[in-house]
Amino acid sequence: MRDGGIILGGLAFFLALITFPVWYNLAAGTTPKPPEVKLPTEEKNCVAAVAYMRRSHMELLTSWRDQVVRQHIRTFKAFDGKTYTMGLTTTCMKCHTSKADFCDRCHDYAGVKPYCWDCHIDPKLAPLTGYPLGASPPREREE
Amino acid sequence: MSIDRRMFLGAAGLSALAIAGRTSLDVLAKGGEREAAAATQAGVRWAMVIDARKCLKEEGCTDCIVACDRAHNVPRMPERAHEVKWIWREPFENAFPDQASRYTAEALQGKPVLVFCNHCDNPPCVRVCPTRATWKREDGIIMMDWHRCIGCRYCVAGCPYGSRSFNWVDPRPHVKPLNLEFPTRSKGVVEKCNLCEERLARGLRPACVDACREKALTFGNLNDPTSELRELLRARYAIRRRPELGTEPAIYYLV
Repeated sequence: MRDGGIILGGLAFFLALITFPVWYNLAAGTTPKPPEVKLPTEEKNCVAAVAYMRRSHMELLTSWRDQVVRQHIRTFKAFDGKTYTMGLTTTCMKCHTSKADFCDRCHDYAGVKPYCWDCHIDPKLAPLTGYPLGASPPREREE
Repeated sequence: MSIDRRMFLGAAGLSALAIAGRTSLDVLAKGGEREAAAATQAGVRWAMVIDARKCLKEEGCTDCIVACDRAHNVPRMPERAHEVKWIWREPFENAFPDQASRYTAEALQGKPVLVFCNHCDNPPCVRVCPTRATWKREDGIIMMDWHRCIGCRYCVAGCPYGSRSFNWVDPRPHVKPLNLEFPTRSKGVVEKCNLCEERLARGLRPACVDACREKALTFGNLNDPTSELRELLRARYAIRRRPELGTEPAIYYLV
């Protein structure tokens, strides 16, 4: 083992080099913290257990979407027996009122870009001014 | 009597044919029954009757259009080429090219007629959709799944009534005021009237029907002989748009 010193030294240098970002961040104290989402205060229970929602809310939402749009099923029976109307803006965002403080914080951290809000409206964007269900018809022309 | 090889094969073949024939007869008979059952089934078939004369009473009225646009976040595009329409007004002779002659219907010539998706019994748009983003519901509504639309625009080409619009640009900036309870659409999908299925699900009538002060629009179940809709169709002569195409529209016009 004539070149042992060079080989081991090279390996050590290589390891130091590829783990450099980790050491650097640790030393600088910039290790990203997990996102802190703002949870609703008035409602304690979600439509499913927190662990499930954290892991699989996207699957739940996809199943809600398919049921409402394609199977005309609009109510969801939750684990605690409560029934909810399935809907992203109409149900989820009644409690999780802020897309920026709830949805975006995790999605930004995880680097995912769901396209829900290409169509569904962030409640912060607009007050309910269109012609919501149950309102009287809007008039442009006077009586 | 002994059976030779030839007779045995013949008998076996005949029995096989008899069994197969009986089975296929059974299957065919059942299919027929099923079709008959579907035809006579007293399910719901949503439809609409529009009284063109009542509709014309108030000149320039757009109550139903405004209600629909605000309920469904229908954009008002600044450029005509990007226009998105759910319910709109079309000159009589354009809506009913087969009905317009020089002298008949003089009262209606050039007058606007309310047009929107006909929710056909035999919808060409559904037949051409490659992703099943649009389909016919059991209650007759031609529904759309905007999540699934790939924007190929076959349905736009397929619809003989021009009821479908394509979003060439992001429509959101042109929707005002926004209705939170209903999504807008994204660039690259097709949209059209959904007969207010989101309102029907909550027991409400379509927005245009509710908005009309002249009660020119009547919504109801075509399969219910006692419905107001059927009463109107019994009492008066109704026409449909381009019936010769065989699409069987569910929107009837009293003229």
